[in-house]
Amino acid sequence: MDPSRKRRLRLVVALGAALILAGALVYTSFSGSTEASTPSEVVASAEPGRSYELTGKVARQSVAREHDRLRFVIRDRDGTGSVPVSYEGVVPDPFREGREVIVSGEMKNGTFVAERDSLVTKCPSKFTKEQTASRGT
Amino acid sequence: MAGIGSACLFAGLLTAVYAAGASVYGARAGNGAFVISGRRAIYCLAALMLGATAVLQSAFLRSDFSYALVAEGSSTDTPTFYKVTAMWATQDGSLLLWALLLSLFSSAVLFLTRRSLRGIAPYATAVLAVVAGFFLLLMVGWENPFGTLANPPAEGSGLNPLLRHPAMMIHPPMLYTGYVGFSIPFAFAVGALITRNTGADWIRATRRFALVAWTFLGTGIMLGALWSYTELGWGGYWAWDPVENASLMPWLVGTAFLHSIMVQEKRGMLKIWNVCLIIATFVLALLGTFLVRSGILDSIHAFGASTIGVQFLVFIALVVIGSTVLVISRLPHLRSEARLDSLLSREAFFLLNNLVLVGLCLVVFWGTFFPLISEAVTGTEASVGPPWFNRLTTPLALVLVLLMAIGPVVSWRRMSPAGLVRAFKWPVLGALLTLLVALALTPAGERPLALLMACFAALVLVVVGQEFWRGASARRTISGDPWPRALSRLVARNRRRYGGYIAHAGIVVLFLGVAGSSAFLQQRDLRLSPGDTFSSGGYHITYEKATATLGEDRAGSGAPITFGAVLRARDENGKTFTLRPSRNFYPTQDASKGAIGRFFEGEATSEVDVRWGLRRDLWTAIRPDISALADPIREANAKFGNSSGDVQALVIAALAERYRRNPPPATFRAIVSPLVSWIWIGGGIVLLGALIAAWPSPEARLRRVRSLYSARLGRDLRAEPS
Repeated sequence: MDPSRKRRLRLVVALGAALILAGALVYTSFSGSTEASTPSEVVASAEPGRSYELTGKVARQSVAREHDRLRFVIRDRDGTGSVPVSYEGVVPDPFREGREVIVSGEMKNGTFVAERDSLVTKCPSKFTKEQTASRGT
Repeated sequence: MAGIGSACLFAGLLTAVYAAGASVYGARAGNGAFVISGRRAIYCLAALMLGATAVLQSAFLRSDFSYALVAEGSSTDTPTFYKVTAMWATQDGSLLLWALLLSLFSSAVLFLTRRSLRGIAPYATAVLAVVAGFFLLLMVGWENPFGTLANPPAEGSGLNPLLRHPAMMIHPPMLYTGYVGFSIPFAFAVGALITRNTGADWIRATRRFALVAWTFLGTGIMLGALWSYTELGWGGYWAWDPVENASLMPWLVGTAFLHSIMVQEKRGMLKIWNVCLIIATFVLALLGTFLVRSGILDSIHAFGASTIGVQFLVFIALVVIGSTVLVISRLPHLRSEARLDSLLSREAFFLLNNLVLVGLCLVVFWGTFFPLISEAVTGTEASVGPPWFNRLTTPLALVLVLLMAIGPVVSWRRMSPAGLVRAFKWPVLGALLTLLVALALTPAGERPLALLMACFAALVLVVVGQEFWRGASARRTISGDPWPRALSRLVARNRRRYGGYIAHAGIVVLFLGVAGSSAFLQQRDLRLSPGDTFSSGGYHITYEKATATLGEDRAGSGAPITFGAVLRARDENGKTFTLRPSRNFYPTQDASKGAIGRFFEGEATSEVDVRWGLRRDLWTAIRPDISALADPIREANAKFGNSSGDVQALVIAALAERYRRNPPPATFRAIVSPLVSWIWIGGGIVLLGALIAAWPSPEARLRRVRSLYSARLGRDLRAEPS
């Protein structure tokens, strides 16, 4: 093969590899992502078996512990809708009633059943550097 | 005093503007005096930034709460170490740290190149001055760290307890040093493009800075991982969180840059690629600072509102557009001086490693910004989790390790397949041996990817060992030195090469730790009462008793109340040891919780206890249940709410004692993770290798002296009347 054809072949192979990577990136991310939603959205229109990422505030006086399960209610930020959550796993350090949390899971019989260890607490108020969205016991 | 700080910033801004203007004017008009003046303005800027930092630091040390920043991030009972470091826990303070580090680095590089690179240096000075000017503008215009309060509070709110960890305090300056360090090669690359001096001069002048920046950034990332492992209480070291990814991206592209510049130095190839890489690294470093600060990905991780997101975005856009235009307009000057002769050559493998590293960065970038991408494409915000990142990065990491094994033994230009076979006899044997040993003695067979990583790692380690062996025995044949001397001379004479090999070995050890700990981790979450026993990963663990102490936090973070547990653990061989995980409680300033309740209802942080080991770690954390104390606390609030501090302290002590005597079941997390220590050891080896590679070699010093001498000679000759 003459050198210029060889170079063109290499370029085609390299571009092909890049395209495959890009395709894998796009396909896996769009098919495997979890949708972000609010409590009223999951209550209204959650498809069974689909995973959602629920964001909202922990309702006051709603946190209860049942053996290893934690049960609480998440409200919309503006307080209109709410959904009961059943959670198992570590609870981050800053988890409190009234604070904003994010949890992934799916709807089952009117309850949001969370994936294990998926609870993340947002930083309460004051500005703190990095990683205040902590996970933890 | 705050006025002096603000004045330093304002003067700094003017100085930066002057430095940029004087350098460019001096270079265009050929007026050397202005060039020198521009350079000296950067030294002046460094002095001003040191002054501003000193003013702020002294305010922190004096606990002067008339400074908004001090009232926000410190308190009189904050330990001194954390007072000193609280500056960069705030947004304004970390901007000042950026500007300080940038001005110091710029001064260093401009001082070292003051007699060389006469064409490029003035433009590089201007670029550095513009970057410094941007950060100063942010501080002067929007986020002044010297903001004062009209009514200073008597006590500050204190540093966020989660940040009270030594690694966390060293971590931001390390990362920033890395980010800032990459602006040096970026500035010189831009200078080289502007002046059309696209040879390897700018690379030779700044590659050490790039290496130092890379080292700091990597060390910063490692410290962040260590902090996550020991402080955050979830037991992992990496979560693919946007801020973690933000620091990893410039590191990956920076790694690619460090490798590909060797191709340009040796063969005059990959010129466009190299300028693109350094531009990308710098932009990603800015993006890293921006991501942490702006809250743009706030659907997932909010760090509080920031006022400077738009400014950052505009600056990043300007840098990207300006650099792209510059690169395109200089394309004719960036032609390769040579062509790729063979795919079986060192330069081809460098190129492949570059593509894999950039591919990794692309994956991380896509995943990090996926919420924005998906919102733009589908209209709904969605995110990808750690499993997605793991699935895509693992194969790329495996390819990277394989390339690391082959690259170093392949020669420049081309190599015969027979030579490759000869070079790989021992490494392949080593990998096969590892495969057999791992299958026979460990459960590695269950996890093919981890097993594959172990084999590839063996390949790399034997290749590195073989390189050292060959080099040292050649040296012995010539000089007759004994082995240790031959080895040390070998490394000292070729620091860059052998430092690089050591860094390779370290990275591979680190990857082994990652593979072992992620594939074979055993985690248990349990609720236990004193006396209960459980077993995990070969350990039998007993919850012996609860503890409750006042003012005795082991970590020295200043927590008043600590609840914990004494765990007795026994391993397979019957060896026993004690672990004491605990949880610190920090008081809140929220008055609605009551005078006593505020000590229990504030922030709380896990103080994990880890039994470190080369084979595996036993990691434990506790979350005590203090809901049983709710009633007594309410009672105490009512009864002792107005009592003196001494009485309240006694009441708190009594409450703690009550918990210790009669503890309700507590939640524990125990993790047995094999080989996790090798992550930190590997990181240490990389650091060692990088330091060896960055250390100036005797020859380089000699060369510098020689060039200095010839420059002087040249000047003297010019000065002679002809």
